[in-house]
Amino acid sequence: MSVLVFVEINNKLSKSVQEAITYGKNLGAVTVVTYGDVNDSLLLEMGNYGAENVLVCRSLKERNEQLLSKLIVKAVEKTNAEYVILSQDQTGKAVGPRVAANLGAGHISGAIAVPESSEEFTVKTNVFSGKAIAYVSVHSEKKVISVLPNSIPPKEDKVETSIVEFNENLGEGKIKVTKLKPLGDGIPLPEAELVVSAGRGLKGPENWGIVEDLAKSLGATTACSRPVADIGWRPHHEHVGQTGVAIRPNLYVAAGISGAIQHLAGVNGSKVIVVVNTDPEAPFFKAADYGVIGDAFEVLPRLTASINNFKSSQ
Amino acid sequence: MKILVCISKVPDTTSKINFTDNDTKFDENGVQYIVNPYDEWYALVRALELIESNGGTVTTITIGSSKDDPTIRKALAIGANDAVRIDAEPTDSFFVSKQIAEYAKNENYDIIMTGKETIDYNGAQVGAMISELVDMPFVSLATKLDVEGTKATLERDVQAGVEVVEVELPIVLSAAKGMAEQRIPNMRGIMAARSKPLKVVPPFEQKELTTVVKFELPNPKTGCKYIDPENMDELVELLHNESKVI
Ligand SMILES: Cc1cc2nc3c(=O)[nH]c(=O)nc-3n(C[C@H](O)[C@H](O)[C@H](O)COP(=O)(O)OP(=O)(O)OC[C@H]3O[C@@H](n4cnc5c(N)ncnc54)[C@H](O)[C@@H]3O)c2cc1C
Ligand SMILES: Nc1ncnc2c1ncn2[C@@H]1O[C@H](COP(=O)(O)O)[C@@H](O)[C@H]1O
Repeated sequence: MSVLVFVEINNKLSKSVQEAITYGKNLGAVTVVTYGDVNDSLLLEMGNYGAENVLVCRSLKERNEQLLSKLIVKAVEKTNAEYVILSQDQTGKAVGPRVAANLGAGHISGAIAVPESSEEFTVKTNVFSGKAIAYVSVHSEKKVISVLPNSIPPKEDKVETSIVEFNENLGEGKIKVTKLKPLGDGIPLPEAELVVSAGRGLKGPENWGIVEDLAKSLGATTACSRPVADIGWRPHHEHVGQTGVAIRPNLYVAAGISGAIQHLAGVNGSKVIVVVNTDPEAPFFKAADYGVIGDAFEVLPRLTASINNFKSSQ
Repeated sequence: MKILVCISKVPDTTSKINFTDNDTKFDENGVQYIVNPYDEWYALVRALELIESNGGTVTTITIGSSKDDPTIRKALAIGANDAVRIDAEPTDSFFVSKQIAEYAKNENYDIIMTGKETIDYNGAQVGAMISELVDMPFVSLATKLDVEGTKATLERDVQAGVEVVEVELPIVLSAAKGMAEQRIPNMRGIMAARSKPLKVVPPFEQKELTTVVKFELPNPKTGCKYIDPENMDELVELLHNESKVI
């Protein structure tokens, strides 16, 4: 079975790249397709996860989703791949469905597990913003699957890798990027393994120092509840939940968040949830693994100090 | 300017999610349906703002049965000029996209808008698929849209941050938070919506590519372990040794 995995490489192999290749490896022999000015050493590193061939389109220097869709379709033609795997990140959301529509292939977005059997090809996905799981079967010959970040543990499985220059003529994109306002260099929320989040219980944006301190001590990314983003205490991209970003980190620490159903919808895929709230009746405790009934203004600094102690004793 | 806004109905965000028929069907018992928030709050409202300042029309399109009509009337009450309903069950994203693309082909829309994703199936597929099928540029996860003449300027979320892009119309876009503010329909809007045209169109033939065969509810948490707020060392110890996340 031939599998094509599309990845984007910046200056290292991000976890989502490792996850996508691992996912592909579970289905068959993996060819990776990527683009840009990438070091050969990084391309070869993908062999550690089982990529046998790496097609690289160096002539495409910038991310342009229209051209990326064409590139992937051309790579499918070249490899005759039955499966196309990508990461369900912002690029994947724009590119995956286009590739599927072009190929007339069934598309599963947000897969959270590798299929158990290939007879009736069925994949597990998150639905209802994480309130439920669906098993979706695909009937088309070709299948496009995007993998939800933090769902598949990357697995090392070293093979010989060869690099193939794949400088296809993709034409011109119609969309012109005039500016990029960067987010900063922290780990983006959907990929973060550790997340510290806070809500209206923090009372005002000036109090976020204790949240950031805790995040820093853990090496975590910060998030917030919707009202906090709506009133402008925190930037919109931190808003998690049903109408914000859906996340599945290993650890989600929620301070001063009540745990409304729409908030839980986006975070209950987290492996471990810690809730800090003054109100013992807060609904969030029902979804928590560890609960601390207490004032965030006291508990968070104390937790930060304990983490710092723990880290320095390691 | 001619704008098409894709409107879907979803269970109200407070709905309890249950399944029937051996966990193969969503249990609609007691479920209230609303317009998918991304379609309503962001796509539709921004479309209306654009025609209010530039002139033009906003048409909504929905793939669904007559059970979708109340949701469609809500979109009309907020201010859309007219509505189209393709009379079919929305089986999968490709089916939905194909219907919209086939309908839109002969209508010369300047902008086709979808929401970022539906909050029930979270596919985030339809906008991109339409763009491929009608061969128009696609701007995903747009948080801002301005139009001047035939040029659109948009902001959109990408991994690295926020991108500002320029593109000639026509385009397809998916709308995310930031595009516009929610509008509550007023009495006049609700009255007017009753007599606005809602055209029902038969579907185009398209076979199903994906099927949900079974649903499952996630394992409930087994219970919360409470920790003394004075003793954060204990929490750190548990996170390290018991749950092994740090
Ligand atoms: C259609 C729709 C979609 C929505 N989507 C989302 C979404 O995606 N994400 C989202 O988050 N919300 C969403 N909401 C809003 C959601 O219903 C809640 O209103 C929101 O999550 C509440 O935010 P909060 O917990 O920060 O604030 P509150 O509900 O006000 O809770 C504050 C909490 O802080 C606690 N507290 C107060 N002081 C302290 C202290 N000193 N220390 C510790 N704890 C303290 C209080 O006990 C309380 O539990 C949506 C709502 C709707 C209708
Ligand atoms: N049945 C439908 N009818 C009309 N538009 C739809 C339908 N389903 C989805 N859409 C549109 O496509 C967007 C993305 O949906 P999805 O790809 O299913 O997450 C939604 O926000 C709607 O704008």
